[in-house]
Amino acid sequence: MPLSDDQKLRYQRNILIPGFGEEAQAKLAAARVAIVGLGGLGSPAAFYLAAAGVGELGLFDPDIVELSNLQRQVLHATPDLGRPKAVSAAETIARLNPEVRTTTAQLRLAEANAREALDGYDVVVEATDNFAAKFLLNDVCLDLGKPLAVAGILSLSGQAQFIVPGAVPCLRCAVADVPEGVPTTSEEGVLGAVPGILGSIEALEVIRWIVGLWRPRADGTGALHSVDGETMRLNTLRVRRRPTCRCARLWSTP
Amino acid sequence: MKVVINSEERDVQDGLTVQTLLESLKLRPEATVVERNQAIVDRADYPTTRLTDGDTLELVRFVGGG
Ligand SMILES: [Zn+2]
Repeated sequence: MPLSDDQKLRYQRNILIPGFGEEAQAKLAAARVAIVGLGGLGSPAAFYLAAAGVGELGLFDPDIVELSNLQRQVLHATPDLGRPKAVSAAETIARLNPEVRTTTAQLRLAEANAREALDGYDVVVEATDNFAAKFLLNDVCLDLGKPLAVAGILSLSGQAQFIVPGAVPCLRCAVADVPEGVPTTSEEGVLGAVPGILGSIEALEVIRWIVGLWRPRADGTGALHSVDGETMRLNTLRVRRRPTCRCARLWSTP
Repeated sequence: MKVVINSEERDVQDGLTVQTLLESLKLRPEATVVERNQAIVDRADYPTTRLTDGDTLELVRFVGGG
């Protein structure tokens, strides 16, 4: 469907980006993205995906908005206290861009329900607050063959990866399993700007993939982007395929 | 010997392993991603991976909040 005059204006700055054009905008409008977790990472990811004109967002979060969330979870505002994050997020997105269709689920994704919940989405943004869910979504997206943006944050630091099953090494290629004894944000805090950066990286990776800017690297490696707000080092580590990883069966080339 | 850790040159003991380096820096080995000369070291290999003079290391704390 050709863009309306309003859409040409709303998305003018997208369309003007070299390599984008109206074709990229149409790809965004046709895309369905699941965002799992609507907190610190999910807030910027949802904002930028909605503003960019992604056609449909699946909004998953089991929690309600609490006062201690608001210094970083910018999708939600003070009047939303006590309301489900999924509902609050959908309303915020509707105000920003009513063209985006949203599906809300006040649901914690687990082994039993994740495959069904994510079926029908083109790409997944992992924005949960725990390692177990991050590794679960990694494994589920490998099984479903869906690209996954995954990230983590704590205090002043964070990291992000974009995984394309069979083309880019997975989370377990970088870190084989859930590490024990790592503090959580309820123990060591987190500054809102940190998930602001990492959630924005997730949105950017997803948009690159939707519009076709994303390309696998010739050597088959992936990237782990890290941000350290204490030293202000931004870094990209090279992730290689781990031959014993569960993603190895998906590799088409050695 | 000299190695570069997160862009800073450091003098370390000859033959130091990744595992003992992390311990000396008070970093939890299982929650630290180690890139050595542009390749991430498998966690299981930390105790047997010996650093050599001139190595470039990036140490990133792997975190799980959201
Ligand atoms: Zn893997």
